[in-house]
Amino acid sequence: MEVDHVTKLGLYETMVRIRRFEEVVIELFARGKIPGFLHSYLGEEAVAAGACAHLRPDDYITSTHRGHGHILAKGARTDLAMAELFGKRTGYCHGKGGSMHIADPDIGILGAIGIVGAGLVIANGAAFSAQYRGTDQVVACFFGDGASNTGTFHEGLNLASLWQLPVIFICENNAYAESTPQREHQRIKDVAIRAQSYDMPSRIVDGNDVLAVYEAAGEAVSRARSGSGPTLIEAKTYRIRGHYEGDPQDYRTREEVDLWRERCPIRRFREVLLKDGVAEDELDAIDAQIEAELEAAIMFAEESPLPDVSEARYGIFTETAEVT
Amino acid sequence: MAEITYREAVKQALREELQNDERVFLVGEDIGRFGGTFKTSLGLLDEFGPKRVRNTPISEAAIIGLAVGAAATGLRPIAEIMYCDFATIAMDQLVNQAAKMRYMFGARLSLPLTVRIPMGGRRSAAAQHSQCLEAWFVHVPGLKVAVPSGPYDAKGLLKSAVRDPNPTLVFENKMLYNTTGEVPEEPYFVPWGQANVVRQGTDVTVLATSDMVSYALKAADTLAAEGVSVEVIDPRTLVPLDVETIVASVKKTNRLVIAHEACVTGGVGAEIAARVGHDAFEYLDAPIERVGAKDSPIPFSPVLEKFILPDDEDVIEAVRRTLR
Repeated sequence: MEVDHVTKLGLYETMVRIRRFEEVVIELFARGKIPGFLHSYLGEEAVAAGACAHLRPDDYITSTHRGHGHILAKGARTDLAMAELFGKRTGYCHGKGGSMHIADPDIGILGAIGIVGAGLVIANGAAFSAQYRGTDQVVACFFGDGASNTGTFHEGLNLASLWQLPVIFICENNAYAESTPQREHQRIKDVAIRAQSYDMPSRIVDGNDVLAVYEAAGEAVSRARSGSGPTLIEAKTYRIRGHYEGDPQDYRTREEVDLWRERCPIRRFREVLLKDGVAEDELDAIDAQIEAELEAAIMFAEESPLPDVSEARYGIFTETAEVT
Repeated sequence: MAEITYREAVKQALREELQNDERVFLVGEDIGRFGGTFKTSLGLLDEFGPKRVRNTPISEAAIIGLAVGAAATGLRPIAEIMYCDFATIAMDQLVNQAAKMRYMFGARLSLPLTVRIPMGGRRSAAAQHSQCLEAWFVHVPGLKVAVPSGPYDAKGLLKSAVRDPNPTLVFENKMLYNTTGEVPEEPYFVPWGQANVVRQGTDVTVLATSDMVSYALKAADTLAAEGVSVEVIDPRTLVPLDVETIVASVKKTNRLVIAHEACVTGGVGAEIAARVGHDAFEYLDAPIERVGAKDSPIPFSPVLEKFILPDDEDVIEAVRRTLR
């Protein structure tokens, strides 16, 4: 697949934005600026970047508890996301959602969903809606190897296949379901083989190779958009940080983590770009631009007001019942 | 006015709402050609076609997930959970997703979805096909809950539910499907949150829900012959709950009996008793009495089931206790 220069730089920019966002929030979390808990996407950037590069603003995604990468790749703003992580009124969810629940329906982000596996069946709903309304919108549904053992994985893939819904199921196999390694949570090595039992096309890709993800996602998005139904993509990747920040990680070795650090998707892609003749200055300029963006995002989050307790119960229900 | 069954009233509501709004569709198990286990959608597939009447696999989580995703993206799903007991399979989608998405996403979207849930026993269907679990959902902020007791309310509340921009659950009672009542020929709506004073009285208030309304009326007839004047109130919806009408009645009669088919412990009667106990404390001349199923799984054998489930005799005894 021929990928043009602008697209390549876009993929690079998205990955750097996610990486730096994650590095920054890890530090802010450690400094006590961010309440709650944090599931870092660090190391898995190529999956979100490669898949979302094919999506239009009116396409949908469902995301997970580890959702920062997905939402940023789909076009979410770092300042509004940062403010949400700070629990500020100006955040995407006005401080009601936090790290695990960032959503922006205006650009098709149907939310980071904190219950593992829940997004698979909600993605179907959005895809059904597109099909029902006769649009060519598609849905990218992100989930992990852990979620592939939930009941909704089966219910979701079966129905999507049966109704030929325009969904791209993207399994980020990051080798661990929280603390449990894949070999201890399923006998199979490749989640993708499960697609066969739904008569669904599938692909296995190197999830740390953004061009490989981009290529596979492109094929799946075209299939969905043209009305030819869902695809299961398994992206083999690795969660560099613990399940959550503060995770003692006594279930894996430092050597294993270091091995995967060597496979850093951003460094790898940067090398590819330089080899292709992209000027280093051009990449450095992107890096600098992201730094500036994140500095502004932190400042925005720091300076934003906290929500007022008078807003605490706002938004439970939509108030205007249009009974006619 | 026309005399129709509760079943026909439900079907009329579904038909009228399907006619009224292209965004409305039905989704559930065996609701297509088969017409639903309780035949509430019989004929609607022929009338509206397979796009609008979606028969699904046995996948309750996928059904509600589909409704959530579709409602979040512009449609107005009406889902059916075949038996109340099966809602347990979809609890994550109902409780963690449908109820919370609007709030946790900062009120950035609305979820106009309706779930119809046939409930109740008295059919020797045993422990897994007889429950009344409405109280579980009353306990979850973000869900609206109705318990229609007759054809007029079954139609009017359901039509209002479909037009409501929020997740609404309508618990229909299986034993009521064949009962009849007067329903206007022209379209009408029953607003949620307005209790119905079914029978005026002066000595004791009986607050009854769903099929317990008919038992309460029967009890009221028996007690009237003994010179006891019973006021029967049907709250119609439990969320929102019309506390005002209930409290006003208790201030008049000074006695309250609460009757529902669900088991007593943790039932909605507990919540209503607490509210009335607070708001009308000084008006009460007797402890508030609760009538419900004896705390037990519902047994199979008719003689056992009849013993466990409440009826008019239980209401009469409870009323007498308040008069002692």
